[in-house]
Amino acid sequence: MKFLDEYRDADLAQKFAQEIRRLTTKPWTIMEVCGGQTHAIVKFGIDELLPKQIELIHGPGCPVCVTPLEVIDKALEIAAKPDVIFTSFGDMLRVPGSTTDLLSVKAKGGDVRIVYSPLDAVKLAEENPAKEVVFFGVGFETTAPATAMAVFQAAKKGLKNFSMLVSHVLVPPAIEALMSSPNCRVQAFLAAGHVCTVMGYEEYFQLVKKYRVPIVVTGFEPLDILHGILMVVQQLESGRAEVKNQYSRSVSRAGNQPAQALMKKVFRVVPRKWRGVGEIPQSGLGLAGEYAAFDAEKRFGLADRHVDEPAECIAGLILQGLKKPHECPVFGAKCTPEHPLGATMVSSEGACAAYYRYRRYNAQ
Amino acid sequence: MNITDFTAACPIPISQYPQVLMAHGGGGKLMHRLLEDVFGRAFSNPILDTRHDSAQFDVPLGRLAMTTDSYVVRPLFFPGGDIGSMAIHGTVNDLAMSGARPLYLSCGFIIEEGLPMETLWRVVCSMRDAAKKCGVQIITGDTKVVDKGKGDGLFINTTGIGVIEHEQKISPQNVRPGDAVMVSGDLGRHGMAIMAVREGLQFESAIESDSAPVHEAVLQLLKAGIEIHCLRDLTRGGLASALNEIAEAAGVKIAVEQKLIPVREDVHAACEMLGLDPLHVANEGRFVAFIAAKDAARALQIMRANAVPATAVLIGKVVEKFAPLVTIKSELGVSRILDMPSGEQLPRIC
Repeated sequence: MKFLDEYRDADLAQKFAQEIRRLTTKPWTIMEVCGGQTHAIVKFGIDELLPKQIELIHGPGCPVCVTPLEVIDKALEIAAKPDVIFTSFGDMLRVPGSTTDLLSVKAKGGDVRIVYSPLDAVKLAEENPAKEVVFFGVGFETTAPATAMAVFQAAKKGLKNFSMLVSHVLVPPAIEALMSSPNCRVQAFLAAGHVCTVMGYEEYFQLVKKYRVPIVVTGFEPLDILHGILMVVQQLESGRAEVKNQYSRSVSRAGNQPAQALMKKVFRVVPRKWRGVGEIPQSGLGLAGEYAAFDAEKRFGLADRHVDEPAECIAGLILQGLKKPHECPVFGAKCTPEHPLGATMVSSEGACAAYYRYRRYNAQ
Repeated sequence: MNITDFTAACPIPISQYPQVLMAHGGGGKLMHRLLEDVFGRAFSNPILDTRHDSAQFDVPLGRLAMTTDSYVVRPLFFPGGDIGSMAIHGTVNDLAMSGARPLYLSCGFIIEEGLPMETLWRVVCSMRDAAKKCGVQIITGDTKVVDKGKGDGLFINTTGIGVIEHEQKISPQNVRPGDAVMVSGDLGRHGMAIMAVREGLQFESAIESDSAPVHEAVLQLLKAGIEIHCLRDLTRGGLASALNEIAEAAGVKIAVEQKLIPVREDVHAACEMLGLDPLHVANEGRFVAFIAAKDAARALQIMRANAVPATAVLIGKVVEKFAPLVTIKSELGVSRILDMPSGEQLPRIC
């Protein structure tokens, strides 16, 4: 396929791998931030092409995985209400809350619908004036502009029956939180290409300066990831720490400025709890005061709550690179994609789910 | 084919009711007219025309194969097919997976009150045409009408009977190490064609369903004396589910290669966009065959000479006994598990 197969070429992949092997003299620990990259690494077996000294740690960049149980429970509560059409991206539907999931709410008669764009939810609100239409706004900076546009459009159209359960998260504060942890083993980052397509990479210069870690903005295809790793290893081996852009066919330093402007108008930065990680200051987006009327939590009068994660789940350790998925005693036994106990097993992009799906026999 | 083609070639029988009413399933005159004017007229054949409560037919010598399937699809008409043709092809294909020659079908209709009569007629005409093409007769049937809101327009069940005219044992238990694994064509078209036209997921695409009968190709393989160990049609769950089911039933390890598996470029693109794996996506006119290695090349030749599986390819082989597992070699040459999908295919966030 044009613009895709070129980035999956086996010969070129081997050349990148050879160059990485040639350059590597010491053990290095590199985190790929984005779940999409984790998925590609495990699916294509990219890590198996690398020298033994290079360890990849699978970061917290899966929006489905890090959405806290409390928020999912709120979504379930809203979706079960009569006269509500609850809309969501597809993969949030099977994520279990503390008692049930959206697919089960749908089976019990809740009107739960998959949309591909948040603007489809706005359209549904226009077409169903007697119903409350709620969109589940999750994701990183990648999806935030589209949800911002949905709120902006709903306000412009004067829709009174549209609201949004917002749980957006931001990447740079998560990197900062990881780096400032005393247990942190990460020596370099592959930053998420799609997040940077929107945001650019200006934000990373201060992180590189403060923590002296190389950050390479990286794409999602096998050759992108191998190239990103090579660019990181070049820096690590020569003692440099810089921001570099591997994914220049999509990412510019300043990013997509109209998208950023819209996000700034509709959202404000808030503290946010990350499932498996805990609360990270200034790491989320909530609706700005001007758009507070579209906040589903307020509209449905949902109270704050606290839900404990299952004690056996070691998602937090996995997200920090302190454990690998198959080192968890409940991996593949009590915890599977069908019955996930925690963050990293709930979505196909979570590290545990990727290992379960593609690597089970290695662990056996 | 669009509506105007249908009405020109296949005029709906004159009816004073533009929509199906509860009374059309009520056992009285309206029901009688529906059965006579719509189903009786479209499916007419000597066995059906006797109008008995049950169809009577002679049983050919040898073993019989029987299968049943219910068809629920939204929308009822989709690029490359409709619920009617699918209800014929699907059941014919299930019979073909035993190497049976399909003979007879029953069909049950569950119709939601208010379904436009013209829609029903279009579906029935499509079934008639598909049955004719497959060489099967619809010899008995049933109609029920349910209240508005209690059905999704139209559900169809078909049961098929076929005759097995060969002596081979075609079953998962017969799969053995060394067998060649062959798919009958490019994968993922039906599922993506449906997804492209579903409400809320509309994206521009020219992907047409692969819905088609495959029995002719199977019968030709058998006629040529190809040693077939197992056949499985690749419907819901796609190739990944079929291979895993067979690996488990046969207690073998199956190894396939990504780069050998045919997926059309537009299907690949749509899957990438939605975060789906084409090997998990449904097909309606594709099957996987486990063939004795000695016959693999000849089987491929026969398949490719046939209209439906013209793009058949060998994608891998059965490698070991006693370790139920399916592995796939990635484009980069690294092997991993090819798992069954967890549940319904859901588009990803990003």
